[in-house]
Amino acid sequence: MKLAFQLLGVIALVLLTSAMLFRSGWTRPPVNSAQNGFRGTAMVQVSNPAADAVLKMANALPDPIEKVAPGGGKATDVYKNVQVLTDLSADEFTRTMLAITEWVAPQQGCGYCHNVENLADDGLYTKVVARRMLQMTRHINTDWKAHVATTGVTCYTCHRGMPVPASLWYEPDVPHAGGFAAGNRGMGHPGPSNGSTALPLNSFDPVLAPQDVIRVVATQRLPSGLGASIQTTESTYSLMIHMSESLSVNCTFCHNTRAFSQWAESTPQRVTAWHGIQMVREIDANYLDPLKGTLPATRLGPHGDGPKVDCKTCHQGVSKPLFGASMAKDYPELGGVAGAP
Amino acid sequence: MAYYQNIFTQVQLRAGPDMGVPVPQLERTGEPTFVHWIGRVGNAQIGPIYLGYLGVLSLASGLIAFEIIGLNMWASVNWSPIEFVRQLPWLALEPPKPEYGIRILPPLAEGGWWLLAGMFMTISVLLWLARMYRRARALGLGTHTAWAFGSAIWLMLVLGFIRPLLMGHWSEAVPFGIFPHLDWTAAFSIRYGNLFYNPFHMLSIAFLYGSTLLFAMHGATILAVSRFGGEREIEQILDRGTAAERAALFWRWTMGFNATMESIHRWAWWFAVLCPLSGGIGILLTGTVVDNWYLWGVHHGIAPSYPHVFPPVVDPLTAPGATQ
Repeated sequence: MKLAFQLLGVIALVLLTSAMLFRSGWTRPPVNSAQNGFRGTAMVQVSNPAADAVLKMANALPDPIEKVAPGGGKATDVYKNVQVLTDLSADEFTRTMLAITEWVAPQQGCGYCHNVENLADDGLYTKVVARRMLQMTRHINTDWKAHVATTGVTCYTCHRGMPVPASLWYEPDVPHAGGFAAGNRGMGHPGPSNGSTALPLNSFDPVLAPQDVIRVVATQRLPSGLGASIQTTESTYSLMIHMSESLSVNCTFCHNTRAFSQWAESTPQRVTAWHGIQMVREIDANYLDPLKGTLPATRLGPHGDGPKVDCKTCHQGVSKPLFGASMAKDYPELGGVAGAP
Repeated sequence: MAYYQNIFTQVQLRAGPDMGVPVPQLERTGEPTFVHWIGRVGNAQIGPIYLGYLGVLSLASGLIAFEIIGLNMWASVNWSPIEFVRQLPWLALEPPKPEYGIRILPPLAEGGWWLLAGMFMTISVLLWLARMYRRARALGLGTHTAWAFGSAIWLMLVLGFIRPLLMGHWSEAVPFGIFPHLDWTAAFSIRYGNLFYNPFHMLSIAFLYGSTLLFAMHGATILAVSRFGGEREIEQILDRGTAAERAALFWRWTMGFNATMESIHRWAWWFAVLCPLSGGIGILLTGTVVDNWYLWGVHHGIAPSYPHVFPPVVDPLTAPGATQ
């Protein structure tokens, strides 16, 4: 009896240990660290060769599409119902269409967005969405240089050969008993949007909030009235965890963690990230969410909201999407001119 | 008679149960039993037991609190047993929203259950404290254990009751749940500008780590001199023998100073008690007296300034040409 218990104990121990060691989420050594702040401030970035190799593979660039000679007839003269790419030549227009097919619907082809009988037809919802996305891409490349700099974005930055980008967010839906059971405001459930913490799942609420509710830390050393609540702080914290996970960086990529809120203690990346939050706020509100009227029900979230972008949609685990490669400079068709509002 | 047991007990002697010293009143009840596996790590004897009305009421209120928390957690996964087990470390019972201030009973679904659970938990630990005090008195002991437990209760009440009252918001309090209360701790520190610059937090950490150090030093010392009868500490306190002398000499040799067989227990007791005591003071001052501990630390010269290794970084909202 005693021996049986001992054997059982050993078996349980071995099983638990191997379950812990070989579960996903554990990182095989080595874990490299690189200092990015003054010594003694614990500002380091950790990385892992195996994880880096996976990221490198996932962020390989697609084959370039041959450039076209400038000049030639205007696209609007050759094609009907051209509403956004009106400034392009017919050759540039065709190249852009080829690129979109390659980046967004390589399996499905032109027919994914176009009625192949009549390319000018707006009957397919995908075509209406694609037009809006073209406007968005041009808008980002022209008006959001504070975040995307001269690197810019293309369809491929988010789509990576898929009609729907891998990372999007919707209003979260937590299956929850109703009645007088505690609601907990969406807290206490691990998920991708809160980096598997117990923090709020609706980490993007502050991004879409009309006023800036992200800044929660007291700005004075002594209290003067009630500041941000712990709950608001937890929402900010959840958003920050999402950013950290989306870029595979530590908090110290942007912050000196001894004083998160102090700009003078922060790294220049924090300013870029700040503009990124403003950019996501703007394009989610003006470009993505309004598409809910156009998209079919299967593309909407559990609460009927449209798919919205987050940091991971472009970054996909890298601090500079596609490791900083500028595809946009080879596709001036996507950015030279300010898009329609 | 004196007997010696440790965590690696290999041989268990079985005789009639040890009924302990006779006490004048409140005899314990129940037939004692022996459990081999308990005997491996301590005394194999279970019972006889005395609960009394304080013990029964304490366990009952503790059970009510436990049920309120557990059932609300289960409800938060829509009564799915699988999700309950899978998400258990993350599941929460959150305090009311800030809008409810310190309302006595907000709607149950919006923090009312949290208040009820907190009330029953508080009743439970306070009754257990009273029970500890009375059991110690009944055995003719000092009441050190009860006061030490009281110190832990002080920290708990500061976090969940006293400070929220002072702030005027239950929403400032800690949620129930394994990860939720840890995430709360991190969010609390961030909101109030880094608790590491709170001097009472510093003291609390010093007493916490100090306690583990003293525990390890004392445990090691007594095990090391047990071959000279050192484990009979009370005897060694009253009548210093070679074990106590060797232990004292060892520490004088290695670090120049030694506690005595008696004083080491006062050291350890005070370190343990002061950890939650000073921590509770630090929490009590946060948000009520100081809003940002980092800025407070800068003002009082305890937060060092490091050389800037980056180009100057300016808040984009205050940068020239910023639009708001």
